[in-house]
Amino acid sequence: MAAKVHQFDAVVVGAGGAGLMAALYASRGVRTAVISKLYPTRSHTGTAQGGIGAALGNLEEDRWEWHAYDTVKGGDFLSDQNAAGVLARDAIEAVIELEHMGLPFDRTDDGRISQRRFGGHTNNETKKPVRRACHSADRTGHMILQTLYQNCIKEKVTFFDEFQVVDIIMNGNVACGVVAYEIDTGELHVFHAKAICFATGGWGRCWQTTSNAHSLTGDGPAIFLRHGLPMEDMEFYQFHPTGIYGMGILITEGVRGEGGVLLNSKGERFMERYAPTIKDLASRDVVSRSIYLEIRDGRGINGKPYVHLDVRPETVNRYLAEAGESRRIDAAYIESKLPDILDFCRTYLGVDPVKEPMPIAPTAHYAMGGIPTNIDSEVLSTPDGNVVPGMYAAGEVACVSVHGANRLGTNSLTDLVVFGRRAGMRMIEYCKNTNFTPLPDEPDGSVRREIERIRNANGKAKPHEIRAELQKVMMDNVGVFRSEEMMSEAVEKVRELKHSFETDLKIDDRGTRFNTDLLEAWELGALIDVALVTAKCALERKESRGAHSRVDFPDRDDVNYLVHSFAWLEGNDVKTDFSRKVDLSLEIAPTERVY
Amino acid sequence: MKVTFRIRRFNPEKDSKPWWGEYTLDNVDPIDRVLELLHRVKWEQDGTLTLRRSCAHGVCGSDAMRINGVNRLACKMLVKTLGAGDHIKVQVEPILGLPVIKDLVVDMEPFFDHYRAVMPYFMPKEHVPADGRERLQSPADRERFDDTTKCILCACCTTSCPSFWANGKYVGPAAIVQAHRFIFDTRDGAAAQRLNILAEPDGVWRCRTIFNCTPACPREIEVTRAIGEVKLAIQRGV
Ligand SMILES: Cc1cc2nc3c(=O)[nH]c(=O)nc-3n(C[C@H](O)[C@H](O)[C@H](O)COP(=O)(O)OP(=O)(O)OC[C@H]3O[C@@H](n4cnc5c(N)ncnc54)[C@H](O)[C@@H]3O)c2cc1C
Ligand code: SF4
Ligand code: SF4
Ligand code: FES
Repeated sequence: MAAKVHQFDAVVVGAGGAGLMAALYASRGVRTAVISKLYPTRSHTGTAQGGIGAALGNLEEDRWEWHAYDTVKGGDFLSDQNAAGVLARDAIEAVIELEHMGLPFDRTDDGRISQRRFGGHTNNETKKPVRRACHSADRTGHMILQTLYQNCIKEKVTFFDEFQVVDIIMNGNVACGVVAYEIDTGELHVFHAKAICFATGGWGRCWQTTSNAHSLTGDGPAIFLRHGLPMEDMEFYQFHPTGIYGMGILITEGVRGEGGVLLNSKGERFMERYAPTIKDLASRDVVSRSIYLEIRDGRGINGKPYVHLDVRPETVNRYLAEAGESRRIDAAYIESKLPDILDFCRTYLGVDPVKEPMPIAPTAHYAMGGIPTNIDSEVLSTPDGNVVPGMYAAGEVACVSVHGANRLGTNSLTDLVVFGRRAGMRMIEYCKNTNFTPLPDEPDGSVRREIERIRNANGKAKPHEIRAELQKVMMDNVGVFRSEEMMSEAVEKVRELKHSFETDLKIDDRGTRFNTDLLEAWELGALIDVALVTAKCALERKESRGAHSRVDFPDRDDVNYLVHSFAWLEGNDVKTDFSRKVDLSLEIAPTERVY
Repeated sequence: MKVTFRIRRFNPEKDSKPWWGEYTLDNVDPIDRVLELLHRVKWEQDGTLTLRRSCAHGVCGSDAMRINGVNRLACKMLVKTLGAGDHIKVQVEPILGLPVIKDLVVDMEPFFDHYRAVMPYFMPKEHVPADGRERLQSPADRERFDDTTKCILCACCTTSCPSFWANGKYVGPAAIVQAHRFIFDTRDGAAAQRLNILAEPDGVWRCRTIFNCTPACPREIEVTRAIGEVKLAIQRGV
């Protein structure tokens, strides 16, 4: 059966913040389609809570240069400084543009966009936390996603909702389209395009405890890897310090931004010991490790692997008084600033954060690495910066790299709009100067065979069993703390799981209509490939930096590792390269990172 | 504890009409959510069971379904709230009023068509400020439409509305909530156009104030109140 063929100048894969931003811009100049496996408003951008970072300076002095510096320092100096500069500078305009599109930000008393504190964002002179996170209660991502989708409707952007992209089409080294599986009918569609932008989000589902949606399975990176294209900095995966214990649901850093504190079983505010200056608002890798150490040393609550996050007004006010601040808060204030957080805790835990502390533990949260791109969102094919003509990537799936070894809170939403925009603009330029590259013969052939293999899979290993083992080994062995031994074991285990996925899979649903059994299995294949590359890169980086923390190499090694990793999947093997130097064009010299 | 699910099944490739499937799970924790348990049924017993889901914590709006006769997000429903004792029974069906595609998956297009029909996007009243900065809005003006900005388009409200069941052309409460979000935004200039759309025969007047929608909303939006405010605005202006 031949696939249906569609032709658009530009195709955007993914309808989260990055994809919609790219599509809004691209559609102003060329014929554009957005393909998304979820209805756009279901994308995970909608779950982002705390805020979007931009040095607007609405409540106190702030400068984009400080934002850029904080980003680089937060990234443990692995961030490319040219990219961090673009992020911080463009952020101001991009956030104001969101307001102009109608986004209902919370407001200051004088009617400007309201801003709050967030981990790692500081006034570089006083070193004190600065109010830089622009927010709309604790549903900033929801408002961004809604606003961008609304504007796409207004500008009549074309959508293919519930179409899952399962392959890219290359002609030689030029990108010329994608293959998508229509979920409702089971048909394959070929989208022939001049320019393609991947914005498929993260892959938190590689780990057992995660803040990420079931749908975040690394489809984009897996497809690229299977075409011999590299990933960058895959060893850097962020564990957010405050997930609801046992569930992984995120509790925004905004809770600490509003004055909440972390307490151990002795009621100590332990972050005072690990980050004397900014305490609970140190960057995420630092806080996650501190929590692990408290738990390791027997100071978890009731001997269990979690600590408390306390935002009760009396607690917050006590510490505000201690810090000599005049501000005081009450329960009504918490209700208005953190309504969703309160709802999650009340619904899922039966805990009321206004009256009781919340049980929290680190949760797998954010991919700093991904598809390598330059600051124009063009995809790189080599560590020395060659690009794949016609191919773009933006958002969490991309590695520009602004976030380096550890992303600061609020910088992902900024990344989506800043680099989504740049992708859109660049695609217009490219499409106007390029003709369609012809499609190769049978562009959907190999993926059709793979899908049919899965549809008819009749072995013994059920997808959920393989997935559970994968998630467990990644959580235990490629998590907050790592070692040679743990990671070698993980690489072996993931290889075994890959083998059983390829030779012994079993699914139940052989149908064509809305076959989520089949799609979940296909997504598991993506998770396995992404996990393998992650574990292998982590094994090869013999230092500790940002989110990558090794007990056998506890120090940062700027002599050998002030470089990005590139990794290629070759069958069961992963080839790595550590030659791409970090961009230092803002002349920020790596220093010891203290908070 | 033990839970027996009775699930409304329909496979368009095999079944001429829907049927009920029964599935029993052991070792259920009272704080397990219905979504997790449906996953267990799918993963451990019958991979053909089909549903939509994504975020798993009540913010993406994918998994609206009828659980023991009321519309809920499966991921936000703790099983302990569905009955007491060590063996409870739970009935799960697709939301009503939209065509069923397969099992718990319905065709959302008619729902999104109604949404798109009410101009659910910002139509600025004034040009952007000359200094290029944000438009100003007082906290009180921002508060005016706060409640309706929370909508995640899950369709729990619209598919619990008897007026919508009776007449699928009725725009339904979700679309009115979305329109409300812009009508009462002081920065927006297209309230009159939206109110005209909603004053049509298939607009707000099909609402008979039966109040099913408000308790169905997982975001605790005061849906009926928003509809009331829109009705009033049609009569008296914003
Ligand atoms: C709970 C939570 C809270 C957060 N809070 C903040 C915050 O306060 N501030 C901040 O800056 N960041 C925050 N983040 C991070 C940030 O929200 C995400 O990194 C960001 O939203 C990712 O956006 P995206 O556009 O790249 O991808 P997503 O929004 O995840 O969208 C991915 C899109 O790709 C589509 N897709 C995926 N695979 C395919 C495929 N194979 N075919 C077709 N379509 C596909 C999906 O349908 C979806 O539309 C938070 C993250 C989480 C999980
Ligand atoms: S109040 Fe109106 S919209 Fe809501 S359920 Fe009743 S008739 Fe439907
Ligand atoms: S108003 Fe509530 S129930 Fe209705 S679609 Fe929106 S979130 Fe869902
Ligand atoms: S899965 Fe997102 S709302 Fe339930």
